[in-house]
Amino acid sequence: MFLHLSYRAAPGNPWFSWQYVRDNSDSILAALREHTWLTARAVVIAALVALPLAVAAYWFRSLAASILALTGVLYTIPSLALFAFLAPYLGIGAATVLTVVALYALLVIVRNTLAGLNQVPPEVREAAEGMGYGRWGRLFRIELPLALPGILTGVRLATVSTVALVTVGVVVGRGGLGQLIFAGFQNNFYKAQIMTGTVLCVLLALVLDLILAGVGRLLTPWLRGRIS
Amino acid sequence: MNPVQAAVTWLNDPLNWTNPGGVLDRLGEHLSMSALAVLLGCLVAWPVGLWLGHSGRGGGLVLLVSNVTLAIPTLALLTILPLTFLGFGRASVVVALAVFAVPPLLANAYTGVRQADPEARDAARGMGLSGGQVLRRVELPLAVPYLAAGFRTAAVQVVATAALASFVNGGGLGQIIRAGFGLDIAAGGGQIIAGGVLVAGLAMLVEGVLAVVERMVTPRPLRRARRRANRRAAAATAGG
Repeated sequence: MFLHLSYRAAPGNPWFSWQYVRDNSDSILAALREHTWLTARAVVIAALVALPLAVAAYWFRSLAASILALTGVLYTIPSLALFAFLAPYLGIGAATVLTVVALYALLVIVRNTLAGLNQVPPEVREAAEGMGYGRWGRLFRIELPLALPGILTGVRLATVSTVALVTVGVVVGRGGLGQLIFAGFQNNFYKAQIMTGTVLCVLLALVLDLILAGVGRLLTPWLRGRIS
Repeated sequence: MNPVQAAVTWLNDPLNWTNPGGVLDRLGEHLSMSALAVLLGCLVAWPVGLWLGHSGRGGGLVLLVSNVTLAIPTLALLTILPLTFLGFGRASVVVALAVFAVPPLLANAYTGVRQADPEARDAARGMGLSGGQVLRRVELPLAVPYLAAGFRTAAVQVVATAALASFVNGGGLGQIIRAGFGLDIAAGGGQIIAGGVLVAGLAMLVEGVLAVVERMVTPRPLRRARRRANRRAAAATAGG
């Protein structure tokens, strides 16, 4: 009994260890940097592709159904399967990870942007038309600003899920913090390494989400003080 | 031979299906662990969600659960849980998958009860039904479309996520993809794509079958609510 307790008091494989963090700060920071960089690039690319797609779906109703159906089907495809489809062509590396996570982020942003655009009240649209706004002027001055909350929700959701999804990149050796988690598991179940990777992953998602929430507040001053 | 041709060849080799560790074995593992995970998720999420919806509290908790699970990488749970008291093997994989089934189940159970017509609830109260009876006889039946939509979303999500169990040698169809990657891309390309086709096909099949099931369990007058519930469910989930 006593032996058992003493073992628990000073376990050889703790869940967290400053020693580990100090000794491996270089590789931890490298993994964190890669993870952040992959996430940032994926979300930016996804947003750049998603916005025009959502606007196209908004303008042309016939396109909306097919775009939504396509995103729905893509969404059902498991991430590992998508890696499997793309890896033989894009190779083992960052390009594959980037494409897969950007595709999923794309779906989230398209859906939320379209929802935001569809929430623009018809009266507002008609008033803008009456004031002589053309299609593009109305889009940039009226509809996109009013859809901003929806777009931002989409970008935030996409960012948080992308941070989690990048870890699946270990299958092609580029999982950022996932690499840390997976290596920890394979090297005699090194708990401190697994936990450090996990905690950093969740923190990264939280920090990016807060940053985007702050940006959203700055971009939509008219919503401040209103209960969403 | 290009990877797609190699994949077709791989899928056409009967031994790849019937060997130990072949497609049929992996499919069985995949389905059984997914089913257990969804069952576990339902057992936890439905009572909690229904009760929170009934009492009208805990909307924030429901939101918190879905936000937090969105940020936790599947890989992290799959590697952490075997090192806890759950131990290596099936139990830890099933629990890890169940965690990701909870948010859609919980959110839909909660919304399903919340959206029940307040007049129906008041009428039931007026007829002298107790709180528990209102929940069981009025709110629960009205929430069925939402429960079904949540079930479908959760099941598809779990079947998709179960592919990742292969990272910790947990079995399932993902194992075929992982083995392909182990072979190196030139030799394993066909097997990798074949595995991807199987995993994606299974997810879509489950989605399709459950869509039919969902339609059957939803009484006709509630079908409009079902469509609304589906849209909500689709909007509430992300990541796979």
